[in-house]
Amino acid sequence: MPYSIHGPQAATGGKGSRMRGAELWYLKEIFRGMYVTARHFLTNVFHMADMPTLQYPDEKPNYGPWLRSRHRLMKREDGTPRCVACQMCSTVCPSDCISIVAMEDDRPDVEKRPETFTIDLLRCVYCGMCVEACPCDAIRMDTGIFEIAADSREKFVVDLDFLLNNTTDGVKP
Amino acid sequence: MSRRALDRVQERFGGQILETNDYLGDESITVAAGDLPQVLEFLRDDPQCDFKLLLDVVGVDYPDRPQRFDVVYNLRSLDQGQRIRVKTRVAEGEAVPTASGLWHNANWHEREVYDLFGVEFSGHPDLRRILCHHEFEGHALRKDYPIEKGQMCYTVEKLLPEEAVLPGRETRHEGHWNAEGGWEGAPGVALADEIHSDYLPVNIGPSHPATHGALRIEALLDGETIVRSEAEIGYLHRCFEKEAEDHTWHQIIPYTDRLNYVSALTNNVGYVLAVEKMLQLEVPERTRAIRVIVSEMGRIMDHLVCTGTNLVDIGALTNYWYTWNAREYLYDVVERLCGERLTTSYTRIGGLYRDLYEGFEDDLRGALKKVEQGVQDMMALVQRNRILMDRTVGVGVISAEEAVRWGYTGPCLRASGVAYDVRKAMPYSGYENYDFDIPVGENGDAYDRIMVRIEEIYQSISIIRQALDTLPGGPVQADDRRVVFPPKDEVYNSIEGMMNHFKLVFEGIRVPKGEGYGFIEAANGELGFYAVSDGSGRPYRVKVRPPCFPIFASFTTLIQGSMVPDAIAILGGLNIVAGELDR
Repeated sequence: MPYSIHGPQAATGGKGSRMRGAELWYLKEIFRGMYVTARHFLTNVFHMADMPTLQYPDEKPNYGPWLRSRHRLMKREDGTPRCVACQMCSTVCPSDCISIVAMEDDRPDVEKRPETFTIDLLRCVYCGMCVEACPCDAIRMDTGIFEIAADSREKFVVDLDFLLNNTTDGVKP
Repeated sequence: MSRRALDRVQERFGGQILETNDYLGDESITVAAGDLPQVLEFLRDDPQCDFKLLLDVVGVDYPDRPQRFDVVYNLRSLDQGQRIRVKTRVAEGEAVPTASGLWHNANWHEREVYDLFGVEFSGHPDLRRILCHHEFEGHALRKDYPIEKGQMCYTVEKLLPEEAVLPGRETRHEGHWNAEGGWEGAPGVALADEIHSDYLPVNIGPSHPATHGALRIEALLDGETIVRSEAEIGYLHRCFEKEAEDHTWHQIIPYTDRLNYVSALTNNVGYVLAVEKMLQLEVPERTRAIRVIVSEMGRIMDHLVCTGTNLVDIGALTNYWYTWNAREYLYDVVERLCGERLTTSYTRIGGLYRDLYEGFEDDLRGALKKVEQGVQDMMALVQRNRILMDRTVGVGVISAEEAVRWGYTGPCLRASGVAYDVRKAMPYSGYENYDFDIPVGENGDAYDRIMVRIEEIYQSISIIRQALDTLPGGPVQADDRRVVFPPKDEVYNSIEGMMNHFKLVFEGIRVPKGEGYGFIEAANGELGFYAVSDGSGRPYRVKVRPPCFPIFASFTTLIQGSMVPDAIAILGGLNIVAGELDR
């Protein structure tokens, strides 16, 4: 149902665009504005704890468990990478930031493993498609690390060792 | 849909129509390039066709055909509720007669086709490049232009011609001031003329806080009044459409986040709906409802940003804190839901990235309360405020007829009094089940554009509440293994699941050969994705119809004769998002 924003139903006014009577006073607007801002000011003074400002970096925001943060590679129980170098993540990656070189694995139940596995964190768009594509739960983006800084571009290209040990709680799974 | 327009145009032109098609319910006709102007004019003016709105002009390149280019005009009728595509085929070097006499916005759309494909338009008033740099060589969207080929371009284009800048140069020195402060000059050169004879060219942008993105406007000022101006866009051109041709349908989803980055969720929904239309895929009820919820969240955030910044540009700073605070609460929900803040990538073809999380409903309802509070605070500051009304009422007025002729959609069109909203006109994703109103303005000025957006925030809140109340259960992924990744435990534990997964990742979703146009009501207007598939895993062509592109095309006309601060007030209300404008 279309209706006019100047019409009677409108929550935003409903009086047309001509000003009449007291609306012509600038002074009224100044007091109205001061009332709203003063109310906010006093609320914030007396309820400091409810203020939406976060004292970052002393306080960290809670982004919930699904945050797509810096990647990590998972390990098997013996500490070797779970990755089987199938190239699914590097294929699905829309920004081509993953590169994998595969090598043969000597163990009887494992065919391949990555010789190198690098992610260019500057190219990565953090879409999480690699995690979705991985057929053996080897790559995850659940470290919670979203502050990524380095002093040269090369340092943003992270390798297998870094990714395997890249977790906030040690080297768990 | 009815075939009225097709029948009508066939009746009138008969043999001149080379081909008709209504694949996926999208009617389209093909005509020879020479017949194009009369067919388009008939379609626009015939009362039964009434295609008053030109949505888009699209180029498609088929290098193997002798007539290698398709030029597609996408039309929409507001009163008759139908759509049609008019296609023509031209060879390299052949020209298409321009439609810029019929629709104002055809000017920019045709410039874009010229820029990216090199198709000439005969009779076009200003056939220049628009998205690429003026020194760029070749045409980027041709299939034989290699995607990795970059070019370095350095010089800045002068937008206004030199003679426009200094119209009074010849007469300027034909006189001098005498000792008494009077003017002794050639007859006819009055003092006022002398002061005003030198227009001042001023660049607004590309990096200007009030342009909210990289836009450049070269304005010619007479005192503070804009005599003439030219706009330049393309500073944020990333060739989304070329990239799309190089990626699978699935991989394009993160790219859509970066179109209108203020309401990425809405773009995600628009893109997947277009692909699902081409796949003729039905998604579960729950997914449809969730998509409505997230697109309305996107709309609210977009409107909060637009009104907040627009009012800041006018000088009303405080309300900005209140609206952006409210938006922050919504972003908290988005972060928790999508795992990212701006680049959400929340939808998937045939479903969603993930289902809603535990406690989403409470979080969202809480955030909506905060939004309502924030908007109320803002309204307390600006509603019927004389200071605001002095700045915006009667500024940047565009009549309903002109707005349609410029290809306006969305809040800017509705502010001019045209109640066109895709959600009502052609409901998608279950919008027909929700009860909401379309606010329309009366004057089509900057004030109405602000107020229409604010009213739409209230409507969107109401839609989200209705959708949350009636949210159905069930899965969120369509049950179609050609499209949707199998569940993880199947991938980990069964060879069939693994192979299915593997095929989808490596080959991509195979969209049937053909073309389709999917469209939604994004926060700025009608967001369309025109896609052509050749049956492989990658799109042959994806064309985005960004709602703010035709709106910005009208900007230089809107600000002509107004003051510089008015131009800033108008620009904020049009809500130009450079990511979407330049793609």
